[in-house]
Amino acid sequence: MASRVEILNEGGYRSDGRRQFELRTIDIDLSQQGHADGAAVITHGLAHVMVSVFGPREAKMRSQTIHDRANINVEVAVAAFSTGDRRKRSRGDKRILEFAATIKSTFEPVIQTSLYPRSQIDIFVQVIQQDGGLLQACINGTTLALMNAGIPMLDFVCAVNGGVHSTSPLLDLTLLEENDVPNLTIAVMPKTRKVSLVTMETRLHVDRFEEIFRLATEAGLAIHGEMKGAILGRSKSLMGSIELGSQQRSGNTAADAMDDDD
Amino acid sequence: MVDITILKRPRTEGVLTQRKFFKKTARGKVIKVLRERYLRDDVPCGVGSCRECKTDALPFEGDMSHPLFASGHFVLPDTNVFLSQMDLIESPLFTPPIILLQTVMEEVRHRSLPLYNRLKALTKMDDKKFWIFYNEYRSETAIIREEGETPNDRNDRGIRKATAWYTSHISTNRPPLRGQPTPKLPTVVLMTEDAANRQKAQKSGIYSISVRKYVEGMREPTQLLDLLAAEGANEIEPTKAVAGRQALYPEYLPTATLIAGVKAGELHQGHFNANQYNYLEGSVPVPTFTKPVLLIGRENMNRAVNGDVVVVEVFDEKEWKAPGDEVVDQDSTLKNDDAEDSEDEGEGEAHEVLVKESKLLESEKRSSEKQPTGRIVGIIKRNWRAYVCHIDSTSLTSSNTTSLSQQTVFATPVSRLLPRIRLRTRQAPTLIGQKILVTIDRWDETSRYPEGHFVRALGKVESKEAEQESLLLEFEVPYRPFGKAILDCLPPEGESWVVPLKSATSPEWKGREDLRELLICSIDPPGCQDIDDALHARQLPNGNIEAGVHIADVSHFVHPDTPMDSEAASRGTTVYLVDKRIDMLPALLGTNLCSLRPFVERLAFSAIWEMTPDAEIVNVRFTKSVIASKAAFTYEEAQIRKDDPHQQDALTQSIRLLNGLALKLKAKRMAAGALNLASPEVKIQLDSSESSDPIDVEQKEMRETNSLVEEFMLLANISVARKIEETFPQTAVLRRHLPPPRTNFEKLQDILMKRKGMKLDVSSSGALATSLDECIDPKEPAFNTLVRIMATRCMLSAEYFCSGSVGKDTFGHYGLASPIYTHFTSPIRRYADVLAHRQLSAAIGYTSLHASLHSKPYVERILDVVNRRHRMAQMAGRASVEFYVGLALKGRNERESKTAVAGQKAEVTEEAFVIRTFRNGVGVFVSKLGIEGLVMFKKDMTFDAENYTITVGETTIAVFDKVTVRIEVEKDRNTQRGKVKMTLVHPIDSSGL
Repeated sequence: MASRVEILNEGGYRSDGRRQFELRTIDIDLSQQGHADGAAVITHGLAHVMVSVFGPREAKMRSQTIHDRANINVEVAVAAFSTGDRRKRSRGDKRILEFAATIKSTFEPVIQTSLYPRSQIDIFVQVIQQDGGLLQACINGTTLALMNAGIPMLDFVCAVNGGVHSTSPLLDLTLLEENDVPNLTIAVMPKTRKVSLVTMETRLHVDRFEEIFRLATEAGLAIHGEMKGAILGRSKSLMGSIELGSQQRSGNTAADAMDDDD
Repeated sequence: MVDITILKRPRTEGVLTQRKFFKKTARGKVIKVLRERYLRDDVPCGVGSCRECKTDALPFEGDMSHPLFASGHFVLPDTNVFLSQMDLIESPLFTPPIILLQTVMEEVRHRSLPLYNRLKALTKMDDKKFWIFYNEYRSETAIIREEGETPNDRNDRGIRKATAWYTSHISTNRPPLRGQPTPKLPTVVLMTEDAANRQKAQKSGIYSISVRKYVEGMREPTQLLDLLAAEGANEIEPTKAVAGRQALYPEYLPTATLIAGVKAGELHQGHFNANQYNYLEGSVPVPTFTKPVLLIGRENMNRAVNGDVVVVEVFDEKEWKAPGDEVVDQDSTLKNDDAEDSEDEGEGEAHEVLVKESKLLESEKRSSEKQPTGRIVGIIKRNWRAYVCHIDSTSLTSSNTTSLSQQTVFATPVSRLLPRIRLRTRQAPTLIGQKILVTIDRWDETSRYPEGHFVRALGKVESKEAEQESLLLEFEVPYRPFGKAILDCLPPEGESWVVPLKSATSPEWKGREDLRELLICSIDPPGCQDIDDALHARQLPNGNIEAGVHIADVSHFVHPDTPMDSEAASRGTTVYLVDKRIDMLPALLGTNLCSLRPFVERLAFSAIWEMTPDAEIVNVRFTKSVIASKAAFTYEEAQIRKDDPHQQDALTQSIRLLNGLALKLKAKRMAAGALNLASPEVKIQLDSSESSDPIDVEQKEMRETNSLVEEFMLLANISVARKIEETFPQTAVLRRHLPPPRTNFEKLQDILMKRKGMKLDVSSSGALATSLDECIDPKEPAFNTLVRIMATRCMLSAEYFCSGSVGKDTFGHYGLASPIYTHFTSPIRRYADVLAHRQLSAAIGYTSLHASLHSKPYVERILDVVNRRHRMAQMAGRASVEFYVGLALKGRNERESKTAVAGQKAEVTEEAFVIRTFRNGVGVFVSKLGIEGLVMFKKDMTFDAENYTITVGETTIAVFDKVTVRIEVEKDRNTQRGKVKMTLVHPIDSSGL
């Protein structure tokens, strides 16, 4: 009986035990995934997304090249097992296309595309498990994967969603909450506090909107801290390996270094 | 700025922090659901001066007054305590500090929403010490369901774990101070009715106790002991999820069986009528029995909704019963019923409802008059439509206006004849306080209530627009604006259309008589725009009088087989609401081109009689004409003019002439046995034409001029009826009023005989008229009117019919005592009149009759629609008046409370007559306001069905007694339905009863 769950109970707890302004757990994995130039696996609570970035590289199709900047290509695939009821979505699904277009337009002003004229950057988003805040997970994952691929960007893009239950704003909604309260997703660039995406499919009173908009911006900054930590951590471990490697190379033969790496 | 944090959910504790379960959807698909749970250490315990939690909702020492717990205690009840002992907990005498676990809250909510809402209200009360502990979110007390464990057992274990945690939490936060004796710790008492649970608690060292034992141990238990629910009733019910859905109603028989049964006479077919006083009773009038077949109880009514065509099986004569004489209100009986119980009905509370209902049925002591009883075995045709409803606010799971979640709620129809409808909607909270339109989709045998869906919202309750529209919908009045195709049928000149100059070639003038010189005037109610009749009279040289009735010539504009004609036929009649008129014809025709306004030339259809001064008709002729009315009077103006001896102009003279004839015509009609009937007619006094706020209600005044117009219209109708019947014996459009069956009057006769010693002779309309005249109570002038109203209700309603379809001996009009009758005089607002116009026009050779009017089936079909529309229009009009009476009363209540002297309670009281007695109430009629009301008593009174009396204390109230009632308009809390509430003031004040 899903409808019997209280969104925000008298004690100020949400259905999963969080309070209003507590975000779900975030897990970030930035390790190498296959051939991708940069990859990130991110979970927001139960939303689980893998993003791989290829490029910048020569465009597969001549017609898609732009003479003064790189073309960004976003493809989203939703795994059939990502929801409770197994359902296959075709690629041409309008919702998925719109989703991809949203991601693309969010990143177009952030990626320094003009550095790579006549090339293409491919972003492949694979949704592994669905829950509330799917878009935010995709956007955050894309930011991380792009950075992991070493593509120059103006800033982080940190997305988070929020909603309003009666008059109380809630941050980082689960699927259950998304179905119940009017909600919006925003993506913020923490350095400038510029907002590169606001999207809302439900109706919300304009007064409430302002409140949740400000809160979500703040929450974006909190998420930024988490993402930055993950990037730094990854860089640190890479740097550590490089240093280790160079030390070993100076002292030992290359073959020994290979052994050590294992 | 608020503190925004990211919670970390450790992966290793996945079992505890993730919940996985399978859910079966309504379609039977199984879905896996995964949820997270964030466990925390900052869920406060609520006990005062707790070192760790820093809360002070509950006293530090607990409750010291209970003799069993000398060192103080807290009560921690489990779910069943709240489910079965809510009355005890609500009692102001029950005051120990209560720890309410989240697990318990949720279980209560899951089991019964009404109880949950009561519990929630309790937790907010000042004199109760409640603390809600969110045990499912605290890392120490959160548990998960183990394999093979039922949800019930899981919850019980959770409750025990929380109790144990509380005990240890209190002790760790009050460490013994060195040098001082160890502090006495208050006990946390697990209160449960479940013996097995108590045993397990005892094993793990938790103090547990049953409710009864706890209460018995209190210092002054006697009062509280009464509040305990009966033992045995609180057995632990198994979880209902497993129980299959049980059929609540018998299945319908196959259609072939039904038809065969009806043909063979074993089964009977008829329309189902619900009883508006008792929702557990209905009746089906069938031709086989003189009395309708009574259906008692839900199962026998078997999912029939008012208006359905059903097939009934009649029970053995031994089981025949009389209808119940108690008022059984669905809203009050079923207020604790839960809308979402659709999944597991037939168990648990559902069972309670059934028990309660069957008790209600048994408790009705039925009087001796027996009536066939039966049960519905099948439905021939559902007559479901969209119903105007309100959302029942207690059935909502969340009343949050921003909530978009889907909820199952009850919609209570405005009409008392309909059952509640269960519907699923995502916008329930916003719909509260609105009138909405709901259609029934289906009614399965496993579902107690029909299921429906939301169509649209009509607007706020009590706003005039919403009420108006809901009236129109409820009575199926078509009210959409006229479409383009219809408006295209209007004359292209529009407003500027005039009767062309007289010439031999003009088609308008062809065959028309020029009556422009006659002194014609119209007399109508004030504010009337659609004037469809005008009159004239003049003295003839031979001493006779010429009198003429001129009717708007609608058939000149509305031609058969046009979109306008078919629209008018489907609308059937103009509907008059208090503040709105829904036209049958576009306004251009109705209020302008056809309307016989003064000082302009208009086309008319005239009936002109030559009469002797004694009002004997010498001859009559009908002709199409052109007239120019000289004046439009209201009844009042005409009356004043007639009575003023100084006015001697020709127009006034002709009114006097008409009046003289009308008096004689009326006398003749009365002598022939016409009835002078009465219906409660009131007029709503509106504030101004713009605001339409009702100020007051007054009874309609009848003037001599009203009767003048009436007599001439009757005369015209009768004359036209004769003419068209003579010319078209097969298809003439006529109107009749069948004599009522004698049994209809039995009850009224009996009451009159027993209460007043009066006799009512119903052998003929004349005899009835005479005996009605004799029903006079010298002390009560209004008594006669009341009897007339009651007699009118015993009669059948008049109807249109096609002359070829019924035997000639049944043409008569009972009320008017005329052998033949039709409607001819209001073609602007009644479609039957348009047909009569066409037929008369053909009868005098002015036009040829359209082929459709030669066809009997066509006329029959049209008249069926018109009859129904006519009936609906009347009911809509009455309902509209009722609504405004309500508003006016409300206004009056408010005004009087404003002006009331301090300390004096303001109220509206009116005199009323008792018209019905029930076992637990009386029906009263307030003649001044024209409304009927019900005075209910909560306690059972001494009721004498034979003598129609009810004894309240020392006072006996009987039918026809005059009483004084206090009238209030109160809004029903659940349904938002404004209803007039009456209580007796005199001879006895019933407000306390």
